Amino acid sequence: MAFRGMQSFSTMAEEKKLFKVTIDNIPVEVEPGTTILNAARKIGGDVVPPAMCYYSKLQGSGGKCRTCLVKVSKGSDADPRPMPKLVASCRTTVMDGMEVANITSPEVLDARKGVVEFLLLNHPLDCPVCDQAGECDLQDLSYEHGTEATRYEFKRRTFEKIDIGDHIKLHMTRCILCYRCVFTADQLTNKREHGVLNRGEASEIGTYIKNSLDNDFIGNVIDVCPVGALTDRTARFKNRVWFLKPVDAHRDCDKCCGKTVLWMRGDEVFRVTARKDKYGEVEEFICDTCRFEKKEAKDWVVEGPRKVSRHSVISQGHYVGVHKPHETIREVMSGRDPKLLMNIHSVSEVNQPSVDLSKIDGPAHSTDFPKINGVQ
Amino acid sequence: MGRKLLLDKAHIEGIRYYDVYRKNGGYAAAEKVLKNMSPDQVTEEVKKSGLRGRGGAGFPTGLKWSFLAKPEGVPRYLVCNADESEPGTFKDRYLMEFLPHLLIEGLLISSFALGANRTYIYIRGEYAWIPDILEEAIKDAHKNGWLGKNIQGSGFDLDIYVQRGAGAYICGEETALIESLEGKRGNPRIKPPFPAVKGLWQCPTVVNNVETLAAVVPIINIGGDEYAKIGIGKSTGTKLISACGNLNKPGVYEIDMTISVEEFIYSEEYCGGIPDGKRLKACIPGGSSVPILPANLLLKTAKGEQRMMTYESLNDGGFPTGSMMGSGGFIVLDEDQCVVRHTLSLARFYHHESCGQCSPCREGTGWMKRVLQNIENGKGKMSDIDLLWDIQRKIEGNTICPLGDAAAWPVAAAIRHFRDEFEWHVNNPEEAQRHNFGLAHYADPLPVVAAAAAV
Ligand SMILES: Cc1cc2nc3c(=O)[nH]c(=O)nc-3n(C[C@H](O)[C@H](O)[C@H](O)COP(=O)(O)O)c2cc1C
Ligand code: SF4
Ligand code: SF4
Ligand code: FES
Repeated sequence: MAFRGMQSFSTMAEEKKLFKVTIDNIPVEVEPGTTILNAARKIGGDVVPPAMCYYSKLQGSGGKCRTCLVKVSKGSDADPRPMPKLVASCRTTVMDGMEVANITSPEVLDARKGVVEFLLLNHPLDCPVCDQAGECDLQDLSYEHGTEATRYEFKRRTFEKIDIGDHIKLHMTRCILCYRCVFTADQLTNKREHGVLNRGEASEIGTYIKNSLDNDFIGNVIDVCPVGALTDRTARFKNRVWFLKPVDAHRDCDKCCGKTVLWMRGDEVFRVTARKDKYGEVEEFICDTCRFEKKEAKDWVVEGPRKVSRHSVISQGHYVGVHKPHETIREVMSGRDPKLLMNIHSVSEVNQPSVDLSKIDGPAHSTDFPKINGVQ
Repeated sequence: MGRKLLLDKAHIEGIRYYDVYRKNGGYAAAEKVLKNMSPDQVTEEVKKSGLRGRGGAGFPTGLKWSFLAKPEGVPRYLVCNADESEPGTFKDRYLMEFLPHLLIEGLLISSFALGANRTYIYIRGEYAWIPDILEEAIKDAHKNGWLGKNIQGSGFDLDIYVQRGAGAYICGEETALIESLEGKRGNPRIKPPFPAVKGLWQCPTVVNNVETLAAVVPIINIGGDEYAKIGIGKSTGTKLISACGNLNKPGVYEIDMTISVEEFIYSEEYCGGIPDGKRLKACIPGGSSVPILPANLLLKTAKGEQRMMTYESLNDGGFPTGSMMGSGGFIVLDEDQCVVRHTLSLARFYHHESCGQCSPCREGTGWMKRVLQNIENGKGKMSDIDLLWDIQRKIEGNTICPLGDAAAWPVAAAIRHFRDEFEWHVNNPEEAQRHNFGLAHYADPLPVVAAAAAV
């Protein structure tokens, strides 16, 4: 009997009623007030709609980019009517019994394709020279949902690049107007001095953001920016993200949590950012001192390699745990050794046989080869 | 003669001023309300009248009022939407210019019903001279005890403030208006929450159009039931129509919703027909956002019935063959007008007015404008027409506020009904620079069977 009593006691304690929702036919239970997007994130995987403007740590964010549109095919158990239009999953809260279709709805996929096309319409597509390439949400989004060619035949909108202070570069041409940086500046710093100027297609991020640069947290706008519109001037053009090795590190900081990711090559710290979760959101915001001024390995306690999704291009350049290809050249040449091709990764006569390239962090660099008679 | 309830005294010399307005029965409705009625009774009367919002969407006003949240100790607000910026719409301007006290009386009654002690008139920036008229009327109403503290001894307090916009169409959208009123950038809010729960300063708020609020005065004067007897079906009472374009007598007309579209265009009482004996080609019956109709579908519905100037009849056939009452901006195009150019000028407007918050509207409106520009300038391709269709389809329904839809619909309707004209522009780029496509078959009577099949 005691057992029974305990059981009912524990169910009473858990009495917080959860809402049952299904997303693409997968059921999940979430607390009332949860958005469809967060319910989908609870399920994880393919049913999670892409989100370019929503940012869970920024109040009021979301609703703008429209990439997260989903179909509500049943409103709730109480009112089963479907919602007449697609809704922004990041700003629509679930109801008990709601049924949502994301990737199972052709209508959603079609609309999303449209949104991606709109986002790319005026985008310069300058990924080859953009620092964000490799860790850009828009790049990922367009690979997944976009089409190869644009149907836009007109001149793209351009803006001058602006230095907003010593540390941040604003390249408005790449901006997708997600407003994340506006919320960041607004919510992390004391004064609201940064916003959107002009209207419609001519909208731009207000450059009087300059004024807020004397505060300690403005650097976070770089981390929240989903594209390469706001970049770190102390790291610009220094290296490609996929050539760098991200490591978790921390230091004692009196302004912020001090927990960061260092982007390193060898002992050199190229860039410091906040730690980001799998949805690209920072785990905790960091201060400008940590971000811009602590660029020596000795400033930090390195915890170990940062886990980055295997699919991310960032993991491409690490040369750790190299896999032997299934089809070796010898195999495809029916057992014959190649005469001209050389396996430059282990014994390179062109470089130096004495240097084992697989021991080098990242790709080989001229400094990795000791000079012999002044010739590399 | 149709019945007039709003403009019946508009012709009286000096009606703009308090004394004349009062002498001609003004503030009688307010007196009645403050002396003998409770707020709920007023709302009940408005519900009975069947009054529908005159700002565009046609939502029942009484119902909207009853949705207003009424938490204890939180102020409630009434906001009068006088942003009137929809191309073709200029009826609110007429009301405010000539009958400012009618609006103030309407605001007083409505604020009383809603329990709002501070009420705002948000007026379009370009109506630069009207705030002065309103301010003077407010001052005179104060002087005569119709505003301020303890109005007419009823214990009810009310102040009315006039706020000018800075000339943005988007600030007519109710949540953008509220943002702007709060001193912020006029971006529409993401809903929910709706203004009835969290509006101005995060307090429960009702936003109504000027004409809607003015119509409350005759509703109280004659009673909701009597008001509901005017008109057909759910289109009760009278409606102001601002008629423009190729008409002999453009202007603001008050119609009771019992007349046909044909009568409105051709009768001497209203627009007096089309100048120079030209023929009717097309019409946008409810302001730039609603679908354009060719003459044949405008005068008769696809079922072959006479089309009436009512919410239901104008909407008969839905998007495929109908249009909407919208804000009552009635734009008429005669046989010499070019639908492509006309569509371009609307697309240009929406491109210019998009707030830029959401990607489909921000990017899509400019794209549509540029494609239309190419077609209009003889540089169009056949595939551009389908492209336009696809762009509008991807904007519609996928945006934060209805401006996206409003930008998509005119383009969709123009292509739907005037595709021949677009194709002619593409195929005859040089000729199209010299003259227009003309009336073509757009006024030909529709064979009823075929038309019905098209639905
Ligand atoms: C882009 C846009 C512009 C609008 N402009 C106006 C306007 O100028 N005047 C107006 O009364 N309503 C306008 N509306 C409608 C308002 O959002 C709102 O529905 C209306 O003021 C409600 O009043 P009603 O119920 O009295 O019609 C606009 C809506 C949109 C989406
Ligand atoms: S600069 Fe970046 S964060 Fe700011 S609005 Fe543009 S894309 Fe978003
Ligand atoms: S639909 Fe257009 S006007 Fe409305 S919020 Fe989006 S961008 Fe702004
Ligand atoms: S993430 Fe939901 S609209 Fe942008």
